[in-house]
Amino acid sequence: MPERLLLTGNHAAAYGAMLSRAEVISAYPITPQTMIVELLSELTASGKLDATFITVESEHSAMAACVGASAAGARTYTATSGQGLALMHEMLHWAVGARLPVVLTNVSRAMAPGWSIWADQTDILSQRDVGWMMLFAESVQEAQDFIIWSYRVAEQVHLPAMVGMDAFILSHTAEPLIVHDQSAVDAYLPKFEPIYALDPEDPRAYGGLVNRDHYFELRYKIFEAMDRAGELLVAAGEEFGEVLGRRYAPLEGYLLDDAEYVIVSAGALTSNVRQAVRDARARGIKVGLLRLVAFRPFPVAAMRRILAGRRKVAVLDRNMGPGHSGIFAAEVRSALFGSSSAPEVFDYVVGLGGRDVRVETILEVLDDLITRDDPEMALFVGVKGLPIGPIRKEAEVLR
Amino acid sequence: MRWAVPEAEFVDPGTLGCQGCGGALSMRLVLKEVGDDAIAVLPACCWSIIDGPWPTHALRIPVFHTAFETAAVVAAGIKAAKRRQGRDTTVIAWAGDGGTFDIGLQALSGAAERNEDILYVCYDNEAYMNTGIQRSSATPRGTWTTTTPDENPEPRIKKDIMGIIAAHRIPYAATATAAYPEDLARKVRTAMEARGGMRFLHILAACPPGWKVAADQAIEVMRRAVRSRVFPLYEVRDGRHYTITYRPEPVLPIEEYLGLQGRFAPFGADPALVAAARREVDDRWAWLEEQHERSLQPATT
Ligand SMILES: Cc1ncc(C[n+]2csc(CCOP(=O)(O)OP(=O)(O)O)c2C)c(N)n1
Ligand SMILES: [Mg+2]
Repeated sequence: MPERLLLTGNHAAAYGAMLSRAEVISAYPITPQTMIVELLSELTASGKLDATFITVESEHSAMAACVGASAAGARTYTATSGQGLALMHEMLHWAVGARLPVVLTNVSRAMAPGWSIWADQTDILSQRDVGWMMLFAESVQEAQDFIIWSYRVAEQVHLPAMVGMDAFILSHTAEPLIVHDQSAVDAYLPKFEPIYALDPEDPRAYGGLVNRDHYFELRYKIFEAMDRAGELLVAAGEEFGEVLGRRYAPLEGYLLDDAEYVIVSAGALTSNVRQAVRDARARGIKVGLLRLVAFRPFPVAAMRRILAGRRKVAVLDRNMGPGHSGIFAAEVRSALFGSSSAPEVFDYVVGLGGRDVRVETILEVLDDLITRDDPEMALFVGVKGLPIGPIRKEAEVLR
Repeated sequence: MRWAVPEAEFVDPGTLGCQGCGGALSMRLVLKEVGDDAIAVLPACCWSIIDGPWPTHALRIPVFHTAFETAAVVAAGIKAAKRRQGRDTTVIAWAGDGGTFDIGLQALSGAAERNEDILYVCYDNEAYMNTGIQRSSATPRGTWTTTTPDENPEPRIKKDIMGIIAAHRIPYAATATAAYPEDLARKVRTAMEARGGMRFLHILAACPPGWKVAADQAIEVMRRAVRSRVFPLYEVRDGRHYTITYRPEPVLPIEEYLGLQGRFAPFGADPALVAAARREVDDRWAWLEEQHERSLQPATT
């Protein structure tokens, strides 16, 4: 029987790894992810989870340990945040090139300096082009379920996957969580059966020298696998509904049917967007929400279809790509490019370093969207002393 | 006399090693004792090349190539998975001096501190050879490399990696070289018997191009490193109990080790360097003899 518990996003992630029967876990503590490491240590120590926990000396080594264990055929899991994910970067590439379906949870936190432990998605989005599947959880339930969903697809395409959740807003917020029945999860997620695994009976070499005659094709195959992951995510998300009672999809629409204005958002702040959309609807504004659940592979075709013919689109970016725009907006614009009925995309950079993004903040963004003509590259929301708008050169804002 | 080294071969001919490569020879000798129920983890180093390009490779055991600084921890990850599969496969982390003394030291220390059940072998050619002979912290004082040119040779003494490893109190650590194959083979055997915890072998491995010696002098130069006491052969059990396994008699003057190698040209220009090197070698040997003596005493605790 499924259990109903009141748990934080972090603890839900640990439950996700447990339900997925992760066999080798290696992780390193960092605020605000630490509770995941702690709970997984307890679960393995008590025998509730039959796994080997390797308490390494860094995140670089955590990912390296996962890479080794995965190459030997084990299902592996790790969790990190901000600085830790950045430190892992080299080994994140290794997991992709070695085609290892490692799954990790990243509790998105602002990058230092200055030191900040608060919500900001620049950390995870900086790993955009590595070749990991990327999902963004909005709720405690998804912090658990997306891990299971990820393994299902990752092990089919032999690519790793990361699940993002926002610092504190999700990691430390308790919500009711349905902990699925283990046998139902087992039915959904069979044992990991790699195509190749390190085995002295079959003494192959993995990851060695490749010359210019082969490297290109190896990369091509990664690109192709990620493409397949797009369809498999949809299928596995539907099957999740059939087997485990909750249907998931790479994009989620809310009140979109007649919407002239669409707000695109990812992660925990989406819950406030939902409320803002309801409030604005009550005032007669035809607005809807499009939530980006999967960022890699990016649901290009579905996004083009859903956004075609809308009046205007606001993208909320709790991240930034200096020299260009917010990262989600850049992706949405690129997905829409060339579509004859594509709406103009307005990029709103919000909530960096955990600055609150309230329902009122989103309503202000919506007002701005309706009245503004020039989308510019990026519009900043809530910088001290400045109205919503593009950067003002030389304006002193630190006070 | 029968050679006390197994005849079995686990390295196929046709590797990409240079002529006289001490690293290639060391692998061949080590695997003879380890056998074929083993997996090798190779970080970036000359051995990333030596094993050969895809789709062929020289070792008759599986090889997992990994990033420069991760040999120890990737080996630990593989071992964890294998153990869960009910297999006691020997997992060998095989790294150069750069991957051990420098960039890989953190992950190595982590694995040693956790006493991971792996066999870590550092083949030490005393510089970054893969990238074309740059200094490492294993490069001896006075040595030429491309980043310590003749006018400004390596200014610092070689890092004491065995001391660092011993401080982690792992069950077994030893120095060895292919010029003394029976000593090396016995140490691999002892390391295999000490399975269950971390084993560390520090193997001096000549690099003819990097050391500027003729390929046919590679074994001779390793032998002279031992005979001059520049590279003492010893074992450390539990980080505390030292045994010198070979005492050269008579001791070869250090000049006969240095003089054979072009990389030590700066010594020719600076007699003070030779005197300093001799002092360091003597000090180190005296310290090792003390440890050896102490280790013979009955335990006092
Ligand atoms: C993170 C990283 N930095 C630098 C390199 C480039 N690199 C490859 S091998 C190597 C030197 C290896 O030296 P060592 O470990 O002594 O092995 P050797 O080549 O001498 O056998 C370097 C610097 C790399 N591959 N990865
Ligand atoms: Mg070297």
